Amino acid sequence: MSAQSPAPLTERGQVLEERGPGPVAVTLSVNGVERSLEIEPRVSLLDALREHLDLTGAKKGCDQGTCGACTVWVDGHRVLSCLTLAMTCEGREVTTIEGLAEGDELHAVQQAFIAEDAFQCGYCTPGQIMSAAALLKEGHAGDDAEIKEWMSGNICRCAAYPHIRAAIRAVRDGA
Amino acid sequence: MTTAPAIGQPLDRVDGRPKVTGTARYSAEIPIPGTAYACLVGSRVASGRITGIDASSAQAEEGVLAVLTHQNLPRIAEQPPLVPSLAGTAAPGQTFFPMQDDIVHYAGQHIAIVVADTWERAQHAASLLRVSYEETPPVTTLEQGRDQAYEPERIFGGWLPGRVERGNIDAGLAEADARVEATFTYAANNHNPIEPSCTTAEWDGDELVLYDSTQGVNATQLTVARLLGTPLSKIRVIGHYVGGSFGSKAMIHDHAALAAMAAREVGRPVKLALSREQMFTSVGHREEQEQEIVLGATRDGRLTGIRHHKLSPTSHFDDWAEPSIGVASEIYACPNYQGVYRLFRANTMTPTFMRAPGEASGMLALECAMDELAQELGVEPIELRLRNYTDASPSSGHPWSSSGLRECYRRGAARFGWEGRDPRPGMRREGNWLIGTGMASAGYPVAPPANPQRARARLYADGTALVQAATPDFGTGVATVMTQVAADGLGMPVDRCRFENGDTDLPNIAAAVGSAGAGMISAAVHSAATALRNQLIARAVADANSPLHGANPVDVVVRDGVMTAGTASDSYVDLLQRNVQPDAEASGAWSPPAGDAPYAMMTFGAQFAEVAVDPEFGLVRVRRMTGAFAPGRVLNPKLARSQLMGGMLWGLGQALLEANYTHPRTGRWANASLGEYLVAVNADAPDVDVELVEVEDDIVNPLGVKGVGEVGQVGAAAAIANAVWHATGRRVRKMPITIEDLL
Repeated sequence: MSAQSPAPLTERGQVLEERGPGPVAVTLSVNGVERSLEIEPRVSLLDALREHLDLTGAKKGCDQGTCGACTVWVDGHRVLSCLTLAMTCEGREVTTIEGLAEGDELHAVQQAFIAEDAFQCGYCTPGQIMSAAALLKEGHAGDDAEIKEWMSGNICRCAAYPHIRAAIRAVRDGA
Repeated sequence: MTTAPAIGQPLDRVDGRPKVTGTARYSAEIPIPGTAYACLVGSRVASGRITGIDASSAQAEEGVLAVLTHQNLPRIAEQPPLVPSLAGTAAPGQTFFPMQDDIVHYAGQHIAIVVADTWERAQHAASLLRVSYEETPPVTTLEQGRDQAYEPERIFGGWLPGRVERGNIDAGLAEADARVEATFTYAANNHNPIEPSCTTAEWDGDELVLYDSTQGVNATQLTVARLLGTPLSKIRVIGHYVGGSFGSKAMIHDHAALAAMAAREVGRPVKLALSREQMFTSVGHREEQEQEIVLGATRDGRLTGIRHHKLSPTSHFDDWAEPSIGVASEIYACPNYQGVYRLFRANTMTPTFMRAPGEASGMLALECAMDELAQELGVEPIELRLRNYTDASPSSGHPWSSSGLRECYRRGAARFGWEGRDPRPGMRREGNWLIGTGMASAGYPVAPPANPQRARARLYADGTALVQAATPDFGTGVATVMTQVAADGLGMPVDRCRFENGDTDLPNIAAAVGSAGAGMISAAVHSAATALRNQLIARAVADANSPLHGANPVDVVVRDGVMTAGTASDSYVDLLQRNVQPDAEASGAWSPPAGDAPYAMMTFGAQFAEVAVDPEFGLVRVRRMTGAFAPGRVLNPKLARSQLMGGMLWGLGQALLEANYTHPRTGRWANASLGEYLVAVNADAPDVDVELVEVEDDIVNPLGVKGVGEVGQVGAAAAIANAVWHATGRRVRKMPITIEDLL
C-alpha cells in the first residue's frame, strides 16, 4: 500500500541528549497548548495524554498497536500513540480527539458519526474519527473499497463498520 | 403543535457528543488525585502449584507500594455461588477466587498484584517477580478431555438441566425417511470489547466507591459486598460509560474485588485495568466445543427427531456450558427430541456468556444440518423451514407470546432476492470467484429477570424531567431509548427529558444481559413515568384552581406537558408553580410475570448471506448480508438496526475469523492478542441490510419489547456456512471456516 509515511519521529543519525531513566521534564504541544510534564522516558504518548495530561479521549484498547483506539496525529500524521514514546514528540504538534472540534462546533466527521450512528459503545470512536478525518484529508476515501482498506487499522468490536463508511462518505460528498 | 410519540423515532444517541469528542469517561478515566496503579500477574503454567514467589526485586523498585500474592492477600469473606447476573444476586464469573492458596488451575490465573505510583513502574515491577512452580500436565483440549467426560445434572450456573428430552428420540429417528448426521467443532471465542475491563477503587473510611466496566452496577455491588464482607449500603458502583462487553462484563470477575482489596492495602485509590492479553484469561470466554446433531425427517421434510449432543471443557469449579441446545430444541415442530451436555474438567477458568451464548453455536449446527436436509430431500430451504414452523413451543406446548418468523422469512427473502435461486452448488462463477447464497433461521429466548426492576421519575417546575435507573449503557443505546420511553410515559417532549444511569445510588436494575435490558428497563421506566403522570393528573383534578378541577382522571390525556380533558387544560409547569412546588417525583417498579405463564417467549428472525469463494486461495468474502427480525416493539429503529447489524457481523466473525486455541502441552492460549485473534475489521464487513418486522406482544413486558442485542448473531454464521457450501459444494463443519478448509 502506498501510504504517505509520516515524517520520522527522530532523525536518523541525530545525537540526542541522554535523559532518564528517572522522570525528566518534557514539553509537549497538544491541541495547540504547551504542556509541561515530568515523566520517565519510557512513558508512551498514550499514557502521557491519559495519565498525566487528563486527556482521556485517546483510548487504550490493546497497548500493542493492534486496535487503533489510541490513534492521534503528530504533525498532522496518524500515529498509534501506544507505540510512540511521549518524549519523541517534543517539538511536534500533537492533535487528539479533544482538539478536533472548533469550540462547540463539531468537526464534520464527528457530526457525521453521530448522524450515521457510526458507533455504539464509543470506545474505539475517537481513534476511528482521527483516522477517518486524516484519510479524508489525504484523499484516501475515493470509494468504499479504499475506505475499507484505509480504515481497517481501527477495530470496532460493535461492528459499526458500514455506518463508519457511511459517515466518511457523507463528509466526502459534503452531504 | 403536539409532539409525535418518541418511541419508535430514529433518534440519535443522547451520548453521541461526549463519545465523539472524547469527553465520555470510562472506568479507567476517572481523575482521582493520588490514584495508584495495579498490575495483575498471571500464572505462566496451566496446572500445578506455586512453590515460591521472590518479590524482592519488585519490591525494591522505586514507587512500588505493594506486592500482593497468596502469601499476603487477605482471605475473602465468602465465595458466592455462580448465578447468572440476570437473577439480580451476587454473580461471580466462577466459584473460585484467586490468591487464596498456592494451587494453579489454569494459565493466566491471577497469582499476584503489583501496585505502584505509576503504571510504568507497576508493569516493570510485575515483570521482576520470580515465580517458581511445580508443574503438572494440563488438560485443555477436547482430545485431552474426551475420555473423562461426564454428564452434568445442571449447567449454566444451575439454571438449566444437563439433559432435555421429549417424545421418543429412537423411535423418531427410526421412522425417518431421511437422516442427516453431522459433527461440528468450534474453536474457543473471546469477547474482546475494545475497552479492557477496568475497576478503579476508592475507599473513604469503610465506604467504597468502585468505577467499574460492567453490564450491571448492582451485580458488581452485590458480588464485591459478599466477597469482602462489606455492607451493601457502603458500596457504591458507578459505570457511566462502558466500552463494550458482549458478555465479558456480564459476570463480575475477580479483578473488581481485587482492586478494592489492593486499594485497602495501599491506602490509596487504585486503578486496576486488564491488559489485552489478560482479557483472554480473566473474564471468561466461549468454550471450545463439539456438537453432534442428527435430524430425522419424513420424505416431505417434516422433522421426526432431533438428537443434539455437545461436548465441552469446563473449569475445576463449575459445571458451565453455554446452552447450545436451547433455541435449537425449540424453533421447529418436532415431537421427538434429545439434547445432552457432556463436560470434562479442564485447566481453564469457567467459561461464560458470550453474545448469543449457546444460541449462536447451537443454531449453527441445526441450521447447517437443515440445509443438508433440504438438499437431500430436494426441498427449497425456506420451504423446509416453513413445513416445520410451529406456533407453540414444542417442549411446553405453550403458544409463542408473539412470533413473526414467517414474515421474517418472507420479507428477508424479498429484500435479499432469494427467489429463483438455483439450489445446486457450484453453479455461479464470476471470474475466479465462486458465488453462493445461504439462509438460516434465527431465534433468541426472551428471558425475564427474577426481581422487580425499578426506576424513578422527577418533574421540575421548569418543565424538565429527570428519570433514573441504575443500569449502565455499554453501547446498547439504553440511555437514548429510555429517554424516549420516559418522554412518552410522562407525556412530554423528548428533549425535555434526561435519563440518568450507571450508578447503584439509583433505583435497582438487574444486569442488562441476555437481550433482556430493553424490555425490563423500559418496563421500569414506563412504570415510573406513568406513575408520575398519574400523580400529577390526580393533583390537577383535585386542585380547585386548576381548569381540570373535578375532571375524571381517566379522561385526561397529556401531550407536551399539557394535561387536557375535553376543552379544559392545565400544564405540569402551571400546576407545580401555582402550588409553589419545586418538583414532583414518583417511583415505579415492574415485576416480571411468574414463570408459570402459559406462554413461551422467543425473538425470531431470518438470515441471508452471499459469499464469494476463491477456490485456488481458499478465500471467502462475504459480499452482503440481509437479516429480518421480529423483536416486538422497536423503541428506536436507528439504534436497533445498529445492534442487529453488529450481531450479524459477529456471525461473520464466528463463521470465518474468530478462534482461540490452547497449546496442548502448555495449556496456554496460543494467540491472546488482537493481532492473532482475528475479529472482523472494516475490510471484512460488507454492507448489511436489516429489516425490522414489528410484532405486537402484550405478554413479554408492558411495552412489548423483546430485545435486539443477540438475535442478530444467531443463524448468521449458518447462513454464511450454507452459502460457502452453495458456492463450492463443500460442507465445512469446523468453525471458523479457514483457508485450509477450502483448498
